[in-house]
Amino acid sequence: MNHYLWPALLILISVVVGLVRILWGPTAADRMLAAQLLGTGGVAVLLILAQAMQMPSLVDVALIYALLAAVTMVVFVRRQ
Amino acid sequence: MSLTDLLGTFLIVLAIPFFWGGSLGLLRFPDIYTRLHALTKADNLGLGLVVAGSILMSKEWTVGVKLLLIWLAVLVASTISCYLIANAARKRKINPWKIP
Amino acid sequence: MENSLNYAAIAFDGVLALVLLVLAWQLLRSPNLFKAIVLFISFGLMLSLAWIRLKAIDIALAEAAIGAGLTGALFLTALDRLQRREENDREEQDARWKSQEKKPIITTEASDQGLAAMIRKNKNHFFSRPLQTIAAISVLALTCILGWTVWTLPPFSDQMSALVSSNMPISGVENPVTAVLLNFRGYDTLLEIGVLLLAAVGVISVAPSAVMRTGSSPSPILLLLIRLLLPFIILVSGYILWIGKYAPGGAFQAGAVLAAGGILLATAAVRFNLSASKAMPLATGIGLLIFLLVALATMIICGNYLQYPVALAGTLILVIEAAATLSIAAVLVRLFVGVKSDTDNPAPGEDSQTLIFEEENTIK
Repeated sequence: MNHYLWPALLILISVVVGLVRILWGPTAADRMLAAQLLGTGGVAVLLILAQAMQMPSLVDVALIYALLAAVTMVVFVRRQ
Repeated sequence: MSLTDLLGTFLIVLAIPFFWGGSLGLLRFPDIYTRLHALTKADNLGLGLVVAGSILMSKEWTVGVKLLLIWLAVLVASTISCYLIANAARKRKINPWKIP
Repeated sequence: MENSLNYAAIAFDGVLALVLLVLAWQLLRSPNLFKAIVLFISFGLMLSLAWIRLKAIDIALAEAAIGAGLTGALFLTALDRLQRREENDREEQDARWKSQEKKPIITTEASDQGLAAMIRKNKNHFFSRPLQTIAAISVLALTCILGWTVWTLPPFSDQMSALVSSNMPISGVENPVTAVLLNFRGYDTLLEIGVLLLAAVGVISVAPSAVMRTGSSPSPILLLLIRLLLPFIILVSGYILWIGKYAPGGAFQAGAVLAAGGILLATAAVRFNLSASKAMPLATGIGLLIFLLVALATMIICGNYLQYPVALAGTLILVIEAAATLSIAAVLVRLFVGVKSDTDNPAPGEDSQTLIFEEENTIK
């Protein structure tokens, strides 16, 4: 079952590549896209890890990732 | 591996190029509005495929329901966040990129 | 466990470790505080992935919820208030200097903060170069010592895990982490909840007015998000609390998720008046209160402080955890809302409502 780590690794690399936008992004909104990216990409990595490591409880962690990414986004948008 | 496992794995592997496309768009597109397109559309499609594959491979139906709820929550949060960020960027007078 | 080399696992863990290091380095060296905060949130989520790879799911849950999400939100709000105050100060300074026609001697830029910027500014200072070298060598030495210590640890410390597993039947739950936290080492958790209450008291004493204002009224789309997400957050919080008995979860994680819901309300509302809520003081204190009551009851009935009767252990743990969840959520939301500036004091007559979403036509 550890062969599922390969798709997880590929998606992890794509998330990391996207994180470079935080370092570059000229505006603050660009940087905040990172939270969005981790909110979807991180959830995908976790769901694949749930299969790879045979731990169904990782689905709960994915749930929390999604919710917290949304809340962080709202806090960012509502700054002055 | 049974048929559902095979199909599930196929769906998950199918999702990988969508995530790569989304990240590539995030890096290469010229301004925030186009980057939002890349991020929310491509990544959410990839996530949908991963969720579909995981539901097929899950051993109990309760896990499947949880996965469906996660997908719905991420969908709602992503679309509304995308709108909110674009609106906030517009209010701060970030102009969209025009073809030179 | 696995005899053959698992290349996928090595590659995954390697990439994760590298990303963590690079994120931490970039986060420490960036003079732009907002960039540092976003990097910190990403770092927290990646660290949570690392905990999962180490098979510590409860810690991963707590790290994602508290370390990445809530702390990130706290930092964002703090940075916002800091920059607002700096802008106000700078406007005052500019007005004063314009009236006196003198040039300012020292200018500070809101974005030019951070250790790297300070060292850059003081490059010609006498102590800067030797200080940097000493700091670099010490940190490197500490890293090497820590690495060597972890490397030479024995692979399993058999005594503790065997002890816990053999005593699981009398603990009342099936998740060993919850059993240790709430039953075998329940006293520590009691003191931790006490510490949380103390933190809340500290914040209340420094920032007594718990009114948080955001300038504009929320767009209807944001209200839709709240209507859809908030019930779901409450449901998820209750689920994580309940599942702590069988699988990774528990009071702290559930409380953090509930606090995230509270923060969602607080940032979306035009005015969020926490001191008008009559339930807040009770919610803040109820965790410690219930825990102490259970401790006293067990002391009177069973003879030993916090020794649960075996038949009731599961129920008692659930009751304590439920109260603790409310308490943790209340404290975290109070920490988030703590404000101090004069403009945030409640005006007379405003105390009636806790939450207001539309802009008011008040005549100031």
